[in-house]
Amino acid sequence: MKQQDMVVVSDLRKNFGELQVVKGIDLNIGAGEFFSLLGPSGCGKTTLLRMIAGFETANSGSITIDGKPMEGVDANERPTNMVFQSYAIFPHLNVEQNVAYGLKKSGLSADAVRGRVDAMLKLVDLEGYHKRPSYALSGGQKQRVALARALIMQPKVLLLDEPLSALDKKLREQMQHELRRLQRTLGITFILVTHDQEEALIMSDRIAVMFDGRIAQIGTPREIYERPVNRHVASFIGVMNFLDGTLKSVSKKGLQIASKTFGSIYLAPEQMPAPLEAGAVTLGVRPEMMSVLYKASDQADYELQGKVVSVDYYGDMSFYTIAVQGSKEHLAVCMRNTVGRHVYDEGDAVRLGWSNASMVVLR
Amino acid sequence: MKHSSPIALSVFVVIYLVFLYAPIFLLPIFAFNDSAVIAFPLSGFTLHWFKELWGEDVLFRAATNSLIIAVSTAVLSTCFGVLTARAMARHQFIGKKPIFGLIMAPLFLPEIIIGVSMLIVLLQLGLALSLWTVIIGHTLIATPFSVSILATAFNNMDRSLEEASLDLGETRIGTFRRVILPLVAPGLISSLLIGFIISLDEFVIAFFLTGTDPTLPVYIWSLLRFPSKLPIVMALGFLLLVLSLILLSLFEAARRRSERLTGG
Repeated sequence: MKQQDMVVVSDLRKNFGELQVVKGIDLNIGAGEFFSLLGPSGCGKTTLLRMIAGFETANSGSITIDGKPMEGVDANERPTNMVFQSYAIFPHLNVEQNVAYGLKKSGLSADAVRGRVDAMLKLVDLEGYHKRPSYALSGGQKQRVALARALIMQPKVLLLDEPLSALDKKLREQMQHELRRLQRTLGITFILVTHDQEEALIMSDRIAVMFDGRIAQIGTPREIYERPVNRHVASFIGVMNFLDGTLKSVSKKGLQIASKTFGSIYLAPEQMPAPLEAGAVTLGVRPEMMSVLYKASDQADYELQGKVVSVDYYGDMSFYTIAVQGSKEHLAVCMRNTVGRHVYDEGDAVRLGWSNASMVVLR
Repeated sequence: MKHSSPIALSVFVVIYLVFLYAPIFLLPIFAFNDSAVIAFPLSGFTLHWFKELWGEDVLFRAATNSLIIAVSTAVLSTCFGVLTARAMARHQFIGKKPIFGLIMAPLFLPEIIIGVSMLIVLLQLGLALSLWTVIIGHTLIATPFSVSILATAFNNMDRSLEEASLDLGETRIGTFRRVILPLVAPGLISSLLIGFIISLDEFVIAFFLTGTDPTLPVYIWSLLRFPSKLPIVMALGFLLLVLSLILLSLFEAARRRSERLTGG
């Protein structure tokens, strides 16, 4: 174990009866890191978080927090605190009592507790809400109280279980930035569980993408988005176009791929995120890496003729679905709507292009 | 089929309510009537019957017996109710549904069957009839009511509230005291009140299971044989009616508070 690892999970497994929910997870989360567990519902991410918090007991494997093994340590003894999806604000207590709840056992004087509560409420922008009863709080305010109540315990690790999923879009975006700012200011390790890929990309230092009880890929937001290891990860994090190819050879100088449409393609070694054997592979290109070539003089490394199947107009950009020759799957192309740029209609013929560097090789 | 007019329906409701409540409203009238005969016309206002009530030693013993039994029943059925409701809300175990069914069964059993069969069992076991035997019988019929009230309180509670408390460093016992208890407190109060009321006016089981110490309803029943005592019974009935109304109001207040807390 490295010295700076705050949470170390090794070969963790959990069954609920016959059902395997977590199927062997290894994870190192650094001190002060904002780490996200991202995956569809039922992938085991919440169960993993609850095992770190101490609410579930693993069937096998181990969890270490700040160098101490957590086996046999109850939730109330762990240096972690949690922000629940439902916020779990105590309905019979007011804001101040909720925030101070965990300090009862700390042995602090009433004055010291009041000082800490004041500071916390200021931190989460709820100054003057001390006596507000919890049923009179809005969703966003409950969220802040839950955050203050957890942070006042000065945890080594803050666990967040889909904390923003119940908020409306505007408030959610605001809270995403605020959580990020809080985490940077306090330097506490945050572990966030979310199914929202955008949220994970915006907030995290690193992301673990989980499917079916296993981690598919761990990396920085850019690594996950730009260099997904397989089609599953690529499609979960946004949209990616897939083209067929055959991997011919791999060397330190580069990759050689054969394509029916484009002949031989040569790519840099880092364009293959996970090592693959020679054989059938997938070439991936993100929609915003492809462009519609408007003028006859526009050129790209690879070009295809196609026909617009549908247009989604988002205001700031247009999202085209395009049928191309030699591919059963339609291609997605995303174009920013700048001054004077034409927005195509269904049925229009277009020419697409993309660069060599925008491609990744994956399973 | 012809639809009844709204007026006919209203008349029906009024007649229904009058028949239902007229006897109950007659009770206080005769409790204050200055005559030993329960009949109209009224002879004049008096508090005499309440004074006589005060002098009835046997009646006071019966009332004390009833109070002891009612309080014990309320506490016992609420304790069993808490244990059952908590187990049903939070745990999975073999035979959960049949066990729950058996606990709720006295709700649907005729009291006379319960009374007779308990009497036979107690006598076979060689146990003497006492206040305790009545308490056992009453607890049996009051527990299903406590369970249904408390099950609502426990089921409505968000499980993450308990986890949040543990997460914030509180122990399981501390969590029960600081989170669970305050949140189910209105349910507890409701359960105590309903257990108390059920026991207080229960006659059939008490009739079978009392030994030498009668409960209030059993004593009132025995008084009915002496017509001269009837106005005293009316006075006693008036006091019980007032007590019931107070308890009912408390019950309703507790229920509303519970709704506010658990309903968000």
